[in-house]
Amino acid sequence: MSKPHLLVHESKDNVGVVVIEGLTAGTEMLCVVTHDNSDFKLTAKHDIPIGHKVALTDLADGETIIKYGEDIGKMVAAAGQGEHVHTHNMKTKRW
Amino acid sequence: MSYTNRTVKAWRRENGRVGVRNHVVILPVDDISNAACEAVANNIKGTMAIPHAYGRLQFGADLDLHFRTMIGTGSNPNVAAVVVIGIEPGWTKIIADGIRETGKPVAEFSIEQNGDIKTIADASWKAKEFVHWATELQKEDCPLTDLWVSTKCGESDTTTGLSSCPTVGNMYDKLIPEGLYGCFGETSEITGAEHICEKRAANPEAAEKFMAIFKEYSENVIFANQTDDLSDSQPTKGNILGGLTTIEEKALGNLEKIGRECTYIDALQAAEEPKKGEGLYFMDTSSAAAECVVLMAAAGYVIHTFPTGQGNVVGNPIVPVIKISGNPRTLRTMGEHIDVDVTGVLSREQTIDEAGDALIDMIERTANGRNTAAEALGHVEFSMTKLYRSA
Repeated sequence: MSKPHLLVHESKDNVGVVVIEGLTAGTEMLCVVTHDNSDFKLTAKHDIPIGHKVALTDLADGETIIKYGEDIGKMVAAAGQGEHVHTHNMKTKRW
Repeated sequence: MSYTNRTVKAWRRENGRVGVRNHVVILPVDDISNAACEAVANNIKGTMAIPHAYGRLQFGADLDLHFRTMIGTGSNPNVAAVVVIGIEPGWTKIIADGIRETGKPVAEFSIEQNGDIKTIADASWKAKEFVHWATELQKEDCPLTDLWVSTKCGESDTTTGLSSCPTVGNMYDKLIPEGLYGCFGETSEITGAEHICEKRAANPEAAEKFMAIFKEYSENVIFANQTDDLSDSQPTKGNILGGLTTIEEKALGNLEKIGRECTYIDALQAAEEPKKGEGLYFMDTSSAAAECVVLMAAAGYVIHTFPTGQGNVVGNPIVPVIKISGNPRTLRTMGEHIDVDVTGVLSREQTIDEAGDALIDMIERTANGRNTAAEALGHVEFSMTKLYRSA
């Protein structure tokens, strides 16, 4: 298998993690779900740094973000599929 | 694959524990004895002073923790012999006697009515004697699983949860059932995954102890002192640069260090020696790297495994700290700090199972004498945990 651009922990996650340096907008990313080694393609809509998250589906304001198959917080602004998800549009529900 | 037949060349101490380093330590009881300890260590080559900031006018649980940390550091099997120096004889004796229970050679000196110069001279003679003795101690074959191996991650990012933390988890899944003592902690950084950590207890008592520690921490530390929503502290600025957005996301990655199968058999106070036999333990620690490693070393752990994403550089004076990273940018920009490269996990060229075996190999090599990156680069951070202001 060629090297993936994006890794996803669990199939029910709605975000994945960029695992290569220098990812640019427009790249058709090879995405691998580590839990079962399944793969799919997704186009990056932004330049996204290594380690940062990408929306796997369109995410609405208020939507719960799932990673490791668990609730890790919620969107505080919408993000489209393939867009960058981080502190500018997502936060914890705890405080 | 069985790991019980694998052995390392290490020092079997008087109390039966196995050490992987052979330090002669010059241990100050208090901050104002640092200068004398450093002078002795300068006089006598092959000794090491461990200066620190505290030890005066502490009381209650904070004093107990100070004694536990000092006695535990001296008692660690990586230490062959100890010279203890304090300003006055009372607390100096408490610490020296505590270390003596291991059976190792301990000498104590106090500065009042002697002055630094005489104390340094007397202590130097004793330190020299200890060095001659310790350097003739021979290593012997010891089972790999007689080692006590702790873990804590630092400068985490999303790659730690994908690669370096599950590498440690895989090591624990393989070695804990074979008799290894393990330890994880970082009470604050389990926030968001405390419900999962609670379920990983081996028995209801351990789960209850963990949840009591977690609630006490949340109420007395976080809610009592917070001035904002903690968004600037947890995750840290470094975590956020690395792509972590929320404390829950960080905590779930953190807990990958205890693998898929392991359960913890007890929840320990900071620097408390595990007493329930072989297995995995939770310890109530700060998430600050140096403080956490010091507390686990004081509990008796002899090797520390440290996953990092963005590149934490921490070390410890007496315990080798093995750094594991899967972040290719960190390997490219600061690779001199990393002992185990697991970037292949992210590129799908290495499985977690292979990465776990690579870490076990590095634990074995470190026990046999390989200096870690942190040792080669001179990282000897010794930060004490303090619970509240002194009297």
